Amino acid sequence: MYVGDWIDVGPLAAIPVRGSRTVPVAGGDEVALFRTGDNQVFALVNRCPHKHGPLSQGIIHGHSVSCPLHNWRISLVTGEALGEDKGCTPTIPVKVDGGRVLLCRTSTLKAAA
Amino acid sequence: MDFQGQSLANDEMEEPGGEARPRLIVIGNGMAGCRAVEELLERDARRYQVTIFGAEPHVNYNRIMLSPVLAGEKTFEQIVINDHAWYADNGIELVAGDPVVSIDRAAKTVTARSGRTARYDKLLIATGSDPFIIPVPGKDLPGVISFRDMKDVDTMLAAAAKGGEAVVIGGGLLGLEAAHGLSLRGMKVTVIHLMPTLMERQLDEAAGWLLKSELEARGQTILTGADTAEIVGETQVEGVRLKDGRLIPASLVVMAVGIRPSVALAREAGLAVGRGIHVDDHMVTSDANILAVGECVEHEGQVYGLVAPLWEMCRALADGLVEQPTGYRGSVTSTKLKVSGIDVFSAGDFSGSTCEAEDIVLRDASRGIYKRVVVSNDRIVGAVLYGDTADGNWYFDLLKKGEDISSIRDFLIFGQAFAQGGGQADPKAAVAALSDDAEICGCNGVSKGKVVATIQGGACTLDAVRASCKASASCGSCTGLVEQLLELTLGDEYAGERDVKTVCKCTSFGHDDVRREIVAQGMKSIPEVMQKMSWSTPDGCSSCRPALNYYLLCAWPGEYVDDQQSRFVNERMHANIQKDGTYSVVPRMWGGVTNPRELRAIADVVEKYNAPMVKVTGGQRLDIFGIKKEDLPAVWADLNAAGMVSGHAYGKSLRTVKTCVGSEWCRFGTQDSTGLGIQIERMTWGSWMPHKFKIAVSGCPRNCAEATIKDFGVVCVDSGYELHVGGNGGIKVRATDLLCKVSTEQQALDYCAAFIQLYREEARYLERTAPWIERIGLDYIKQRIVEDEVGREALTGRFLYSQSFSQEDPWAQRAAGAEREQHAHLGEFRPIEAIAAE
Repeated sequence: MYVGDWIDVGPLAAIPVRGSRTVPVAGGDEVALFRTGDNQVFALVNRCPHKHGPLSQGIIHGHSVSCPLHNWRISLVTGEALGEDKGCTPTIPVKVDGGRVLLCRTSTLKAAA
Repeated sequence: MDFQGQSLANDEMEEPGGEARPRLIVIGNGMAGCRAVEELLERDARRYQVTIFGAEPHVNYNRIMLSPVLAGEKTFEQIVINDHAWYADNGIELVAGDPVVSIDRAAKTVTARSGRTARYDKLLIATGSDPFIIPVPGKDLPGVISFRDMKDVDTMLAAAAKGGEAVVIGGGLLGLEAAHGLSLRGMKVTVIHLMPTLMERQLDEAAGWLLKSELEARGQTILTGADTAEIVGETQVEGVRLKDGRLIPASLVVMAVGIRPSVALAREAGLAVGRGIHVDDHMVTSDANILAVGECVEHEGQVYGLVAPLWEMCRALADGLVEQPTGYRGSVTSTKLKVSGIDVFSAGDFSGSTCEAEDIVLRDASRGIYKRVVVSNDRIVGAVLYGDTADGNWYFDLLKKGEDISSIRDFLIFGQAFAQGGGQADPKAAVAALSDDAEICGCNGVSKGKVVATIQGGACTLDAVRASCKASASCGSCTGLVEQLLELTLGDEYAGERDVKTVCKCTSFGHDDVRREIVAQGMKSIPEVMQKMSWSTPDGCSSCRPALNYYLLCAWPGEYVDDQQSRFVNERMHANIQKDGTYSVVPRMWGGVTNPRELRAIADVVEKYNAPMVKVTGGQRLDIFGIKKEDLPAVWADLNAAGMVSGHAYGKSLRTVKTCVGSEWCRFGTQDSTGLGIQIERMTWGSWMPHKFKIAVSGCPRNCAEATIKDFGVVCVDSGYELHVGGNGGIKVRATDLLCKVSTEQQALDYCAAFIQLYREEARYLERTAPWIERIGLDYIKQRIVEDEVGREALTGRFLYSQSFSQEDPWAQRAAGAEREQHAHLGEFRPIEAIAAE
């Protein structure tokens, strides 16, 4: 993976702890970035596998988020629905470098297409 | 959970030594077939190589729990008895969704619909029964179904989702449960019953009449003595015509008139068949290698359509299969109706057919209680209980054992505690007195002895007992009995559990414990509470975080800093999220009164932001739909400019104060209800609560503002103001209780503030005032608000103090730039850049 494959989408400080921010993708689905209590960052397509609720607006706890529409719990690590529910939201590789949040370009384009 | 024609275990499972075990094939993956296999595994897990064929594409589930699934009290997953893992762990091959269509007794093989053939050494037929379809014209129309399996439930749920009218033909156990479920799901239900009283096979006339009145009070139409002539409709069912000419419109017809043993397969195979498949005491048919069990069999001239006999048959069957025969001696059955809130129990013979039968009857009409015990030769032969069924198990136990009741006859009808304890009702003693083989759990056929053994074997909580022996794991009506057995068996070691309903799975503490400790220990942040109270998760979950945030906010007004990340989306965004991810915006209209300036501002916002809909709400204000999260601050700025603030239509908070026009305009008005409503709204707006809170003020007892279904309602009368509390117009309608009457507006305001503060301080998060009052009792509220004057003033004072921090308009703060990141994207992702980088 070469340097050009990571796209800087903004500063880590702009995502609240246990909070989320969104990144629109031209011509595709919005991406949601999540910052967890232990300061890790995850990126998922901002769409619950159930009824397409905006996951970025859910409550973040542990490494999961509860969808704001019907409270499905989605793993931030795998994108899979947890508990009894079945479904999966695409995840996107993301990393933090020098206080900046970087999204994987090819994966974003693939997942959001 | 669904899968079709799929095998779960290896086709050939050889013994370690290489010699194959005898093959047992079970036809029927229902309650009888699987229970028989369970009983067999318990005796000798390695004796047979088991294959189960099932017609339905599911694992084994509890058929009698379909009613709670229909009623929305359970999900399908919750009624599964044995999941995939059970089949796999026990090396059982399950062929689901592929019913057996023929048996070749000479070759000892069965053939399934798919053509698949399998050889058996022993064959068990557990095909259950088929619903009886009355042969009337139109019976095959789409929309006419029975109530037998998960597919029927799915059909009913799909029909109920569209609303409309349903007819249930048959007022027996199954029909009434179907009617109850459909009615709860919002359909208008008519029950058509051929006989003069409901459930006539289980209930006598008096109990049947009580049941009919109760169901009618719940909105069902019950037609007894009604005979179906035909089902009408062109391409889909449209209604049912009775023989007397009446036509009842319906988009769904459920036939629940009875069941017939499913014997076709056995008959074609040449087995001896009467009403059911003939079996001996060891459940062996006329072919020594073929057994049968459950609703499809006839034993000593009896066929059974209830679940309890099945447990006894399966025990006898398994004993026979491992060559330690005990024998089945027939069953005495009892019945419970699974309609929540209606307790009906019946057992044995109550028809008076036995000569020398005597009735002992107790009626308490105002409490809706009817008990009848039928005694013959000093022994109980039957019992019917309506309204209070607590002693059902005891009567049934005495009946089955044929015990001589002459010494307790005088007290018999008052129940076990009274008859044995001389009037002191001690439910624990009653359970202790039950014999070891008394049935505790009717759904899963678990005896008292088995529950006690399970507890002694280490299951020391309700959940553990449910997981180990399934007692109280299905309908839950025996939960109290199981808890008493835990107490009796473990003594002081049993900590109890039902009292402490924990906040969520992150903690073992209940809501009340957490609230008390927050104040007692002076805890001031969510992490501190989680740390000191040993939370099991790093940062809680979406259940406990909003609750803790509220409890802290309520305990430390002006001091605690609200945690935005612990707020549900609506409270974080100060708007209501809709299914497409946009928001709706409701500005406050004090007392439902508005003016041209406000209306113009709303109209302008609707046009400027292309809001696709603007709607008048039930709370006397306007709701603007389809606003994007990015546009919210600008919308609010425009509304603020016209003097409007947030309506908190999104919050666990004060919603609206609904008013009528009162004495200012109305010829009936006794007081200025509009003016008082506005004063109340000005005092209470912005306050956070355990749940949403609605108020109304009506200007006279005609009550046009519907104040008696609000959390707090004022009904003005000539001499003052009636204050009502705890009403609710939601899923379960509850009219208010009258708290007291006061004579001035100021008193009405002070009492309102005190009541709200009591609710804020003592109710559990997400508990509306209606269930809260039902839990703690109206007397307690009266004592705190009406009788304790000093206490009331203190409550009012605390509410007003708290309000001094919460009446800043959140919209104005956001419009001025607070929490801007909530409404903006972090950055943008432009593929052009990406292409340029390549």
